[in-house]
Amino acid sequence: MASVLRPLAACSAAALVAWTTPAWAEQITFVSQGGAYQKAQTIAILDPAAKRLGITINQDSVPDAWPLMRSQVASGKPIWDVVDVATGFCLRGGEQGIVEKLDFSKMPNAAAMPEQYRSPWSVAYEFYSSVLAYGLKKYPDAAAAPKTWADFWDVKKFPGRRSLRNHPLATLEAALMADGVAPDKLYPLDVDRAFKKLEEIKPHITVWWTSGAQSAQLLNDGEVDMVMAWNGRVSALVKEGAKVTYTYNQGILQSTSLCILKGAPNLSTAVKFVNEAVEPVLQANLPLHIDYGPANPKAFDTKVIPAERVGQLPSAPANASRQALMSYAWWSSPAGEAAEKRWLSFVQK
Amino acid sequence: MLLLASPALLVVLALVVVPVGWFLGLSVYDGGFTIEHYRRIFVEDVYWRSFALTFRIALVVTAGTLLLGYPVAYAAARLARPWDVLILLCVVLPFWTSVLVRTYAWLVLLQRTGLVNQLLTGLDLVGEPLALVHNEFGTVVAMVHILLPFMVLPLYAAMKKIPDELILAGASLGGGPMHVFRRVFLPLSLPGVVAGLTLVFVLCLGFYITPELLGGGRTIMVSMVVSRNVELYNQWGAASAVAGVLLLAVLAVFFVVGRFLPLDRLLGQK
Repeated sequence: MASVLRPLAACSAAALVAWTTPAWAEQITFVSQGGAYQKAQTIAILDPAAKRLGITINQDSVPDAWPLMRSQVASGKPIWDVVDVATGFCLRGGEQGIVEKLDFSKMPNAAAMPEQYRSPWSVAYEFYSSVLAYGLKKYPDAAAAPKTWADFWDVKKFPGRRSLRNHPLATLEAALMADGVAPDKLYPLDVDRAFKKLEEIKPHITVWWTSGAQSAQLLNDGEVDMVMAWNGRVSALVKEGAKVTYTYNQGILQSTSLCILKGAPNLSTAVKFVNEAVEPVLQANLPLHIDYGPANPKAFDTKVIPAERVGQLPSAPANASRQALMSYAWWSSPAGEAAEKRWLSFVQK
Repeated sequence: MLLLASPALLVVLALVVVPVGWFLGLSVYDGGFTIEHYRRIFVEDVYWRSFALTFRIALVVTAGTLLLGYPVAYAAARLARPWDVLILLCVVLPFWTSVLVRTYAWLVLLQRTGLVNQLLTGLDLVGEPLALVHNEFGTVVAMVHILLPFMVLPLYAAMKKIPDELILAGASLGGGPMHVFRRVFLPLSLPGVVAGLTLVFVLCLGFYITPELLGGGRTIMVSMVVSRNVELYNQWGAASAVAGVLLLAVLAVFFVVGRFLPLDRLLGQK
């Protein structure tokens, strides 16, 4: 019940803000996932962007924006303008007429970004990575620690309890890399081969985790020794002094993107905001406040990010080259959707 | 009479009939009439397995709460102050704590490095920590705990209505304590048993957060399939159809149970 009410309350709060703000000030409603991540963005990107553009940015947050994006557009009167959401949902939204097609001629910053970081409906906003993380108590010796997905799958050489995400995204990629597919040769995914490889490791998976917090808790409590987790969750544990670490080697580089809801109330302001949000300096601000990497590679040329910080970021060139870049285009294709539907049956058996 | 009931009827209409009708409508209307969502449920074995698992968990949990709850309710109903109050307080206090907190508490107790396993390995009762959670077992344990008040309270209410004199009368006619319990107390407490069983069973069917957190990702109950369907399919219809089938399954269970048990008499109506 609470999970239903919270987004509703958030929506009505946003509506109230929209209603009480003077009509002459340009404004947009921006939606992200809340928590430390949204706070970091507010300082790094949202507040400076609002100041530069002279607009008001009303914020809303919801952990799972997709169903609400759909119902808002279906209602014919969306109250959100820009949504920061896993890139796959932007693509799916584009294909289903839920998000606006972007006019990149009006967005020079976005237009200058690498093509694989853009889609007709969205532009990448920040990067995170699904990495191989492990407990240092179980594998204290860095030289003898698991470094690849093949190691993760090797239960003889690396005994220990394991956990993977209860979702095919990134998990199928890891399975294929464990089976010897090169990180840059993954797509289109060989779904049958991936599931076959996953069947191998399945008896050794203690938990299929569902939330990022859960993956961190499992590793921190020693419930599992090895886990595929999001880099930000593991680095937060490291900062707290937990005996855990991770490697970017064969990580799966994933992004959230910005997209604009179809029929957004402040379309032209939203376009201006999206362009400003991926501007290199604002992008370079983000990793100063949270362990996520900028989506605009030019952020690394701004000198805003200290050198030792660069090395920790998933999208830093040296780290990115060791990882696989997730293809959201493949995941939102019919083959990708079929793979997603197959997942439930796989974990259940 | 009807006038007096009309506010309640309106509330039921607005909060039950309309939404249920709406979601049933969605389940067959997707830009035109379609039974695709229902076809999928009957063709793909994911759904069958989830329904089977859900009903199995519901049965085990319901039985567990009855076994644990009956003696507790009996004690609360038969003991004098302050023991009855104390027992009820112990039942009700956790009831006022959030389900999420209680679920996490079980995680702390049951996980590999949790208190139970530390105790067991510390006392050398087991060599390796037991897999007590991240599976169906942990889910069932936590659900029994969470749902216990829904069994104890109706049982207590029914047992409180049984006059002491009847027990005394049974004893004065020469019945031993067990005999009196079996022939007098137990039958009279059945309305409470049926009420408790019904409540717990129905609540089990919709459980979400506990299997999600304690089930290790494999214990996929119907409510989780509903939420997964909202994500996976483009329309609400897919999720609505699952909810619709669950509703029908529950009605069917009650219909069948009603054929064998005189439910209305057991629930105290003449």
